[in-house]
Amino acid sequence: MKTNGGSALIKSLELEGVDVIFGLPGGAILPVYDPIIDSPIRHILVRHEQGAGHMAEGYAHVTGRPGVAMVTSGPAATNIVTPLADAYMDSVPLVVITGQVASKAIGTDAFQEVDTVGITRSVTKHNELVTRAEDIPRAIREAFHIATTGRPGPVLVDIPKDIVDPTNPASALDWYWPETVDMPGYNPRMEGDPDLVRAAAELIGTARRPVIYAGGGILKARGAEALTALAELLDLPVVTTLMARGAIPDDHPLCLGMPGMHGNYTAVTAMQESDLLIALGSRFDDRVTGKLDGFAPDAKIIHVDIDPAELGKVRRPDVAITGDARLVIEELIVALKELGAPGNQPDRSEWRSTVSGWQEKHPISYEQSEPGELLKPQYVLEQLRDNTPDDTIVASGVGQHQMWTSQYWKFNHPYTWVNSGGLGTMGFAVPAAIGAKVGRPDKMVWAVDGDGCFQMTAQELVTAAAERIPVKIAILNNAYLGMVRQWQEMFYEERYSEVYLSPDLPDYKMWAEAMGCVGMRVESPEEVLPAIEKANSIDDRPVVIDFRTDAREKVFPMVPSGRTNSEIVIGPGES
Amino acid sequence: MPTSTRRQHILSVLVEDKPGVLARVSSLFARRGYNIHSLAVAPTDDERFSRITAVVDVEKAPLEQIVKQLDKLVNVVQIDELAPGDAVERELLLVTVEAPPETRGQVIELIGVFEGRVVGVGFDEITLVLEGHPQKLDDFAELIANYGVVALQRTGRVALPRIERRSPELSAVADAS
Repeated sequence: MKTNGGSALIKSLELEGVDVIFGLPGGAILPVYDPIIDSPIRHILVRHEQGAGHMAEGYAHVTGRPGVAMVTSGPAATNIVTPLADAYMDSVPLVVITGQVASKAIGTDAFQEVDTVGITRSVTKHNELVTRAEDIPRAIREAFHIATTGRPGPVLVDIPKDIVDPTNPASALDWYWPETVDMPGYNPRMEGDPDLVRAAAELIGTARRPVIYAGGGILKARGAEALTALAELLDLPVVTTLMARGAIPDDHPLCLGMPGMHGNYTAVTAMQESDLLIALGSRFDDRVTGKLDGFAPDAKIIHVDIDPAELGKVRRPDVAITGDARLVIEELIVALKELGAPGNQPDRSEWRSTVSGWQEKHPISYEQSEPGELLKPQYVLEQLRDNTPDDTIVASGVGQHQMWTSQYWKFNHPYTWVNSGGLGTMGFAVPAAIGAKVGRPDKMVWAVDGDGCFQMTAQELVTAAAERIPVKIAILNNAYLGMVRQWQEMFYEERYSEVYLSPDLPDYKMWAEAMGCVGMRVESPEEVLPAIEKANSIDDRPVVIDFRTDAREKVFPMVPSGRTNSEIVIGPGES
Repeated sequence: MPTSTRRQHILSVLVEDKPGVLARVSSLFARRGYNIHSLAVAPTDDERFSRITAVVDVEKAPLEQIVKQLDKLVNVVQIDELAPGDAVERELLLVTVEAPPETRGQVIELIGVFEGRVVGVGFDEITLVLEGHPQKLDDFAELIANYGVVALQRTGRVALPRIERRSPELSAVADAS
């Protein structure tokens, strides 16, 4: 069947099962936008290309399927570099298609030409400049394969205009669909080595103070149920990193919550005092380990990761297993049972009582405001948590509000927490929430955003209003770049340099309404619940609530940068 | 210009012969702050693949990480780390050196001692070629410098694993290298 590159591209996306593309057209991608009109794929027209990328990420976080974004060449490609870097750091499966100037113009500094594959090389799992129309189906097939297998990640396909333009002979090709991929250098290992899995099972059988250190890889592997089964088999406590929140339900008695710089006392200290860390799909990020020299000094390490480069990168493991987290956990459960578990495990009652002692003594807490004082952000989060469905999807931006959300929300379901962990991308929340709602229209989606973050990508609410995507945004508006303010207060002698944003400029309620959303402003504790209930009842357009919160509030506990986790600073309410 | 072999490792990297692969490999070194001491790239007997020989100047621990990161590149098919003792290494050196009539004989004699050749002669200059183990090239470069080097270019190292010595004949061949 004779076809052209543009039609072949759209047909390839259809065959990959794509149901939605987030994008914005322009000169170099125009020929591809024409066949979209006749395709069953839904296209969502964003207002800024960064929004397209984060929406695709939000979609991927909650569905497990790759998110797809398509934009034109030049500034569109540079605008989508941030979401690519974000997806690369957090292992989010993403396929981004960029238009490129016509083949003959490449290298001439033509209008809207940039070296897209050069610019994105270090923030993609793989990328390719396709030079012939006949390569398009193969390139798309490979892009989806690479994005979704092994350690997931973003893949970019850059396509010159002439090979997709039906009026150009260079775009002609005979249609085909490659059923298999031929990539001799790409063979991700899924199953764990049986000898190593057995060695891990034996090591667990010697540990008196073990902790499961669950990372985002558990969720990427769709391994939440397997994780819970492993923890329950041996009664092992589990910490869930920022990227793994929800991998085991927060209301599960074995779940200790989040470790790390702003983790809770028990999760941080249990890791620190453990004699065995079972690291599953986690990468010993510096925000988790604190100062590496003093991190979990007595712990032996079992490290399971799909990416062999993570094994030994930061901390030398005693047993290192390359493989898919879900499969390896299932293999580990079999091996443990073969060795006689749970009957053969050492007595860990002392460890359990120590851990539960910490939990009782050091719950996450804050000081409630007195009547007439400013609203506490933590109180807003408690009210949101308690007055939304249990399986609400929550997206966040980056900063104080992100940490409070992770601390105060109860994630009782996997794949309900959408956030930017590795890159720490301000402006992530609004577009990511929109993408999440597109992926799971059956679920309520709230974004918790900061006033600084909100101003970076708020224009995507125009996209949401126009496309009738009813997300709900809670801005914790403390008029500051809050986390920077906290560091300046604690480590720069309260010299607040360039962090004041003003609570009223812009007027968030009016801005929301101008974008086609319902806008509300909440200033006192008694207004919080009615506003949330009103927001929950609106399902035909986005809602934005501007919660005016206390700027003096800080995120605690905190392990100051460069310190060990033993030097965790607990909040004023706990001292 | 001595090329110290201390802390050096030879990576022999088989890659798909596709555009941009060398940039992927070299930028991976650059972003992590590792220095590539020498780099040679050329097609292999299989038209699908090229082989990169990279001599890197790193300690053991980061080398393990660099090999693992290299292995993650989709176009990288295979990586072998060659210990200098277990590899056959070769490099080519071209040098144009000042050679007025009064010293020309000495220069020609020197290249003869090193079993190289004269490939170009001018009134006051002479161009020489020498192939061999990088250490031999180092030694020659040091000596020839005394005569006044006009220009010098080396290819960078290529290497293959030394073949197993299964018979006296093969053993003799290996020793000759």
